This record gives sequence, C-alpha cells and structure tokens, in this order.
Amino acid sequence: MDKKIERSFNKEAFLSKSDDEMIICRCEEVTKGEIRKAIHEGMLTIDELKKYLRTGMGLCQGRTCTKLIKNIMAEELNKPPNKLKNLTPRAPLRPIQMQIYANDDLNNFG
Amino acid sequence: MKKYDVIIVGAGVIGSAAAYNLAKKNLDVLVLEKEEIGIGGSSRNGGGVRQSARKAEELPLAIYAVNNIWPNLEKELGVNIEYHQEGNLRLGKTEAHRQILADIVAQGQAQGLELELIKRDEIKKICPYISDEVQYASYCPTDGHANPMKTTLAYYKKALELGVKFITGEEVTSVLIKEGKIAGVKTKTDSYSSQKVILAAGYESKFIADSLGIEIPMRKLLVEVLVTEPRELMFDQMIGTAGSDFYGHQSEHGSFVFGGMTGNEPYQFDQKRRVTLKRTAPSISRAILNYFPLLKDLNVIRTWSGFLDQTPDHLPIISRVEEIDNFYLACGFSGHGFGIAPAVGELIADLAAEEDPALNLSSFKYDRFHPKS
Ligand SMILES: Cc1cc2nc3c(=O)[nH]c(=O)nc-3n(C[C@H](O)[C@H](O)[C@H](O)COP(=O)(O)OP(=O)(O)OC[C@H]3O[C@@H](n4cnc5c(N)ncnc54)[C@H](O)[C@@H]3O)c2cc1C
Repeated sequence: MDKKIERSFNKEAFLSKSDDEMIICRCEEVTKGEIRKAIHEGMLTIDELKKYLRTGMGLCQGRTCTKLIKNIMAEELNKPPNKLKNLTPRAPLRPIQMQIYANDDLNNFG
Repeated sequence: MKKYDVIIVGAGVIGSAAAYNLAKKNLDVLVLEKEEIGIGGSSRNGGGVRQSARKAEELPLAIYAVNNIWPNLEKELGVNIEYHQEGNLRLGKTEAHRQILADIVAQGQAQGLELELIKRDEIKKICPYISDEVQYASYCPTDGHANPMKTTLAYYKKALELGVKFITGEEVTSVLIKEGKIAGVKTKTDSYSSQKVILAAGYESKFIADSLGIEIPMRKLLVEVLVTEPRELMFDQMIGTAGSDFYGHQSEHGSFVFGGMTGNEPYQFDQKRRVTLKRTAPSISRAILNYFPLLKDLNVIRTWSGFLDQTPDHLPIISRVEEIDNFYLACGFSGHGFGIAPAVGELIADLAAEEDPALNLSSFKYDRFHPKS
C-alpha cells in the first residue's frame, strides 16, 4: 500500500533557487523550478508531478529524468530518494508506429 | 479527535470537485484517498467533455456543466486545464451507422441540444483528415475536451488552498455509526470523525456502502487508452464513432489520445488489476486507422488502462441515502463521469450542505434498481 501522506495548504511563500532554470525533463522541457513549484503546490508523488507537468511523458518515457526528479523530490520533501516510487512503466517500451501496432496481435496470435 | 463537517472518501475528480465546492461553502472538509490524488479513472480517461449521446436523464447534467462551469473553470481553479470547445464528431460509414447517429441526433435535439446529422462534404470542412469512407456524422458544436489529469489535480490544488485537508495512502474500510448517526469513517490504520460522509470512491464505494447494509449494484470494466508522439495541431474536435470502436482527440500538447476496448475484457482476466492486454492497443490502432489513415506512421508511445464503475442502467448514483441521515453517494459514473464532474461536484456539495441542488437528481437515486420480477 501507498505511504500515508497528510496534505494541507503550504502557507510559506515559494522561494526560487539559482539553478531553477535547469532543464530536467528534456523531452518535455520541464525545468527544476517548475518541478519545485509543483511540489510546493501539493504534487507530492512522481506520478502526480507527471500528470501535472508532463515530466517523464515524452519519447524517453522518463528513462533520462526519473532519477533527477527523485533527487529534487527528496531534497524538497526531506526524504531519502530510494524511498520514493518510480514512474509506472508503460507499454510499448519503445515508440511503435500505429500501422505496425495495428497488426501486432494479428501477426502474433494468427 | 478533530471532528470534520464532511469526510469525502476518494480523491478522484468527483471527490476533489466536491471538496472544492464544500470548501467554498466554508465547510471543514477531509478527503481520504487509498492511493494518490487522481490515481483512478479520473486521470486515466479520454478527456471527453461531451453532451451528445448522453442518455436523456444524464444530458441536463452535461449541458449544465458545459453552459455554466467548464468555460470559466480554468480561471476559477488557476490552472490551465486545456479545455477546448470545438465540437464533437461521431462518425459513421454505413446505413446502420446512419441509423444510430440519426437516433442520437433526434434525442439530443428533443432536449434542446445543438446537434445535427451531417454528410461527407460538411464533415470534411470541419475535419479534412477523415477517411473518404466516412459518410455521416453527428456534430455537436458545443462539445469538447479537457485534460483530465490537470483538471483533477487543479480541483485538488484549489481545494487545498481553500483549507481542505487530504490524506492519501489511507484506505477507508467502513463508515462509523454511533447511536444511529454517522460518526465518521474507519480506515485500515485509523479512524476519523465527522457528521457527514460522501462516498466518491468509484467502484470501491460498493464495499464501503455495504458496511452499512446499503447495496450498490456496479460492475468493473477494463478499458484502455493510447497516446502518440506530438504533431502540429491537425484538428481540435472530440471524435467518436457510431460503432463506438474508438474515441479520442488531439491534445493541446500535440499528442493524440485515443481510447477503446476489444469487448472481450470481462472474459479475459480477473478484473482485479489495471493491466494492459496484448490485443487492445492493436485493436484500437486498427479502429483509428479505419477512420484516420493519415495517422499510420505516427508513433504510439504509451498505453494504460483504467476501470469503469458501471451501473445496470449506465447512469450515475448522485444521492442522499434515505435510511441513514447525512450519508451521500457519488459513484457509478459508468465511463462518462469526467465531462459532468464539475456539475456533480457542485450538486453533491449542495446535497451535503442541505441546500437545494440546481438540477433534479431523482434519476440518480441509489435505490432505483429492482429485480425484473
Ligand atoms: C480509460 C477511461 C476513459 C474514459 N473516458 C472518459 C471520457 O472521455 N469522458 C468522460 O466523461 N468520462 C470518461 N471516463 C470516465 C471517468 O474517468 C470517470 O467517470 C470519472 O473519472 C469518475 O471519477 P471518480 O472520482 O468517481 O472516480 P475515480 O477517479 O476512480 O476516483 C475514485 C478514487 O477513490 C479511491 N478509493 C477507492 N477505494 C477507496 C477506499 N477504500 N478508501 C479511500 N479511497 C478509495 C481510488 O483510489 C480513486 O482515487 C473514462 C474512464 C476511463 C477509465
């Protein structure tokens, strides 16, 4: 089961940092500052961040950025990164053209 | 122990919208969610904000949401929820399809919805990318689509701002009763106190209601969605077909989001886990290419599945429970609860605040299901 998280409005002002402009999710061009701000606004899991910002939704499906995002989350939420969940892997593991996908089960199942 | 005015079970789009509307009424609200915000159907759906082809009973909810809430929701919640109102085309190729579409159009028109049956040339003017085989379509210019993930999280974020508390990773197991009255809810690890309880836990609402002897007939049905790589904007309509073999739209981001099912899902696996099945994405892809052959070399990059909570008449349950004061149900949306969610959030909040809801909810009562004989 998921870890219990209590959530209420974060009254403290969001403080920007000097490296906020750094691109973390290269496919969807999401910066460190955008991720930090979303966490501040209450997106407290890697899937909530993904749904809110598109981090990890691009062509690489989070292969490049998952670790970086977890490090940012760990820092902002004061948790060890290895205690944070990974993105859910989704089929197909590599991009596949619709015309090929359309025949996939026909070729494989007769 | 702190006593809340209202506890809501489930942080999907329905529970989060209800929380937001109750907070606007200055009530003290706690939302309990088993997993994370929006992990259920609410962020897995196809984003259709559709009035056309809703059943007669449900159509007023959709019209209300589209006329009164959706157009301003982005401003109200302070998040770009990507609402686009560029119409819905439901496509058909055969005489049998034409008949289905004509019935949909007649029913919608009878209830005052702007909806017409159009032919190929007109369809091509609205969306030039459709296959030449398409002969007919129903067209509802006021339908549209929005981003379901952002809509759900935007309701959550705004509710937080208005003082609602959410606890995730907290699975509700039963509703607590003391001296014949609602006292709160029990979770796997704790209990919480409140005067009123709203169940908005999708299919699982069934088991929680059962703890009070209230039976909600619902079944669970697996459906899937696929997403492509982005393209320059080609069309902005919500698309469906007379045969309901797929539906979808192109998102603001440029990717296409298409959904469907094979029809064999209930017979293929145990329906417990959200899995993607080998044959579903290929079957959706074939359906898409039958109507949009131009998309053939577009890459599919991601697929996922989600559950529908289907009632016997495919209408939702939005209801006060007669036998137990201060107990409310908002579930059973049967696969089309996203488009009406802003209205449902408002209506269920009115019920729980003991105010008159803006619409008549008598078709959505929990005790309307009876054996055939
Ligand atoms: C693939 C797919 C495509 C769809 N397409 C469309 C569409 O295009 N247009 C449209 O209008 N609708 C569509 N729908 C339907 C729509 O998504 C749902 O009707 C809507 O999201 C229902 O919202 P909800 O909040 O009731 O349910 P959910 O989002 O499922 O929320 C219920 C929440 O309750 C939680 N919960 C469950 N049990 C417990 C418990 N014991 N304790 C605490 N919490 C619990 C769950 O974890 C979940 O987060 C689609 C659905 C799917 C799955």
